[in-house]
Amino acid sequence: MSFQIHKLYYGDYGESKNGAADISTQQTNKAEWPLWEVFIRSKQGLDHKHVGSLHAADAAMAIENARDVYTRRMEGVSIWVVESKHIHASNPDEAEALFDPANDKAYRHPTFYDLPDEVKYM
Amino acid sequence: MTTTKNEIDFLLHLADNALIIGHRNSEWCGHGPILEQDIAITNIALDYIGQARNLYQHTAELINQQTDKIELTQTGKVISLPVTEDSLAYLRDVVEFKNLLITEIPNGDWAHTTLRLFLLSQFQMELFTQLLKHEDPQVAAIAEKSIKEINYHVKWSQDWVLRLGDGTEESKRRMQQAIDTIWAYTGELFIQPDYARDACLNYAAIETTWNKKVAAIFEEADLEIPAKTFIQKGGATGMHTEHLGYILAEMQYLQRAYPNSEW
Repeated sequence: MSFQIHKLYYGDYGESKNGAADISTQQTNKAEWPLWEVFIRSKQGLDHKHVGSLHAADAAMAIENARDVYTRRMEGVSIWVVESKHIHASNPDEAEALFDPANDKAYRHPTFYDLPDEVKYM
Repeated sequence: MTTTKNEIDFLLHLADNALIIGHRNSEWCGHGPILEQDIAITNIALDYIGQARNLYQHTAELINQQTDKIELTQTGKVISLPVTEDSLAYLRDVVEFKNLLITEIPNGDWAHTTLRLFLLSQFQMELFTQLLKHEDPQVAAIAEKSIKEINYHVKWSQDWVLRLGDGTEESKRRMQQAIDTIWAYTGELFIQPDYARDACLNYAAIETTWNKKVAAIFEEADLEIPAKTFIQKGGATGMHTEHLGYILAEMQYLQRAYPNSEW
């Protein structure tokens, strides 16, 4: 007997049959609301950062829910939501092939340039 | 500065409205239909408790500045000075509370709860907009802060009226039932209490705008406004339904049983 082991990390939404998406976003019960991923931009930040997920009946409700669940302590000034099923993720099984080759390519890092003093914020 | 009894009573009326609707909404904490909505209505409850605190604190300050003692209670009991936000919330009895009846009626189901909040917050939106011009700058400031919150309450509750009214057969039935039950308590919103006469408020204008906005949402959700019904009134002058007593019993028990206890 052989088992295929899928190691999933928080935020992984694999497209494979056994991926997280199949567990959390497939609606087994018609009465259950779909899952949404929430991205918040903080006052200091320029980009929206993933903060978590929640259930909502539609996009408008997802934004309201996100406001109530994730911005109660002044965390944000802008909210994005996207239905979790629309997120396509890299397959965790392919992590080695995808990411390890970059390990020994130090020359890709911009550390070999001399920056003039006039250039700030780099 | 002298403050008239009317001004004090009007502030208590506003504060009591906020406290009681806040308490009602807080009863949903841990019982919401879904986690996200449980948090939403609990947030709204906290908004109202915050408004109540601001108003009670200011009222207490005004009372304590008086040289002539103000009769706070109709039952002859005297609240010892200095008055605090806590003594105003916890040591007055049913007949001294001036909240509108619509704030104290039981939550019922989700349709009743969201509809009540929609009808009330739509009214508060108009009332507080007028209070922005109140001669007491502190009251105007509290109104300004509260309006941001009320704006969200209107939006949130209105969405639910639309969702349920324009949803399934069952959700529509429940929302229409909520309207038929609660409608009798909406007439009281527009009866200007005697103690509010000095406050330069135009209740007729509030009623006109309220009617227009509520009718528009009901039409969009395909819900019906009941034909003229009997108006339940009296809350603003201390004549309450039996429900307020139970709310106060729960809310005030600790302070009554263990006076001045803190935790």
